[in-house]
Amino acid sequence: MIGRFGSLLTGDRQADRVVPPTGYTANLTAFTAAAMAFLSVFALAMSLATDRLATRWSQELARTSTVRISAPEGQLAKQADAVMAILLTTSGVASARLMSNDEQLKLLEPWFGPDLPLENLPIPWLIEVVETEDGPDMNGLRLRLSAEAPGAVLDDHSRWRKPLISAASRLRSIGVFSILLILCSTGAMITLAAQSALAANAQVISVVRLIGAKDTFIARAFVRRFTLRAVIGALVGTLLAMGSIAFLPSAAQEGAFLTGLGFQGWHWILPFLVPVIAGVLAFWATRIAAFHVLRRSS
Amino acid sequence: MLELKKAAFDYEGKEILRDVTISLAPGTFHFLTGPSGSGKTTLLKLCYQDLIPSSGTLHIFGKDVRAMDRDDVALVRQRIGVVHQDCQFLNHLSMAENIMLPLQVTGKDMTSKLEDMKELMDWTGLSEQMDLFPPVLSGGERQRAALARAVIMSPELVIADEPTGNLDWEMAQRMLTLMIELNKMGKTILIATHDMNLIRMAKNQIAARVLRIRKGHLELAGAEL
Repeated sequence: MIGRFGSLLTGDRQADRVVPPTGYTANLTAFTAAAMAFLSVFALAMSLATDRLATRWSQELARTSTVRISAPEGQLAKQADAVMAILLTTSGVASARLMSNDEQLKLLEPWFGPDLPLENLPIPWLIEVVETEDGPDMNGLRLRLSAEAPGAVLDDHSRWRKPLISAASRLRSIGVFSILLILCSTGAMITLAAQSALAANAQVISVVRLIGAKDTFIARAFVRRFTLRAVIGALVGTLLAMGSIAFLPSAAQEGAFLTGLGFQGWHWILPFLVPVIAGVLAFWATRIAAFHVLRRSS
Repeated sequence: MLELKKAAFDYEGKEILRDVTISLAPGTFHFLTGPSGSGKTTLLKLCYQDLIPSSGTLHIFGKDVRAMDRDDVALVRQRIGVVHQDCQFLNHLSMAENIMLPLQVTGKDMTSKLEDMKELMDWTGLSEQMDLFPPVLSGGERQRAALARAVIMSPELVIADEPTGNLDWEMAQRMLTLMIELNKMGKTILIATHDMNLIRMAKNQIAARVLRIRKGHLELAGAEL
């Protein structure tokens, strides 16, 4: 396989001359490969960004939980003290903190506006719990809380985390599917272009067959031409896409998804696989098309 | 070398050739004659495997053509030089490149054959036309170039389809002389022509067998030639 690609690059330029220039079909191949590579790199970037986002959300929410205390007004402080006492003596809890009125106001602001008279509303008190790496035994903690503070409800965020992770993983799958779709379209386009070039050169093929050329020789001239065009086109498309991504606004630590669209660290190497895959795809698509057409000819 | 036995060829239900039996021994010279549309070109196409007989058998270089795959056919064609009626050049290549084409497509070392090619161009009188492209050549030059391409691989069998069809008498004689020289080198020659003068001229110089096709049937020509 590597030998075949090597011989494609070193090539026999004289042998290549046997087939006249295929003109616009070869140029279209390069253009389409460039466009497809550009889209592939973006799909890859989206896929990787979604993956990072899912991991971050998952890690951030997985290490925290919340205790909500709903009780008659006179018992709120007493139950909060009891909850804090339990939490601070529970292994797996790194810290626990009763959220202030201001913090609760900020949480409710998107729904009720900035001037909410919180003191007049029966709002439950919230305790933010930060877990250690191993985390507490949630079932055991729930039992202890229900015994000491009947109004306390422990929320480990799993019902928020699951749909977020599920959405992110679906987005990632769509990204991967898009890449596969783009590759299939590229293969189909190269096959059509190769078939068109082969049909346009039917007379040349007939002559070289009559003077003793094997199918391999004829196919090689077309395969070399289309593979090189696809690789060059895909390389240009990849570099353009990487440049566009590099100049996107940089992502803040807690930045939105769009500003986080990009490659990080060794992920910058991955786009260079696109021209390689495009080359392999063009090689096989042209080879299969060429042998198919040649077998149908005399 | 080449043996057809009771071969027939049909095209779209029409019988082009029937009950053809022919054997070409190494080093022999054959003319194939007959009126236009009698099946001369079809018979030649069977000989270089552009067509396969509808029935009967065909053995080339001892191999049954029906048992050959596409690579085998290519290898057999490398041992046969064909001068087509319309020459069949690649117009984007120079005459030198066209003549060297059989070497190129079979992966032969062309640099070691450059001297042979120059000799061949001298032999066919085309030294001045090496760098020209096919469309600018005259009919005679194209036919001689086609002969040069046919023999550059030093084939055992040379097949020519109306090689003098578009040539004046002087050029036709020159072409025939080249064919006779090839035969003297030991090549088997099969020429399809309807030019009786050419056949008579050849028979004065060599022992040529004349085959005639009539209504798709092959027979040995009589003494009227």
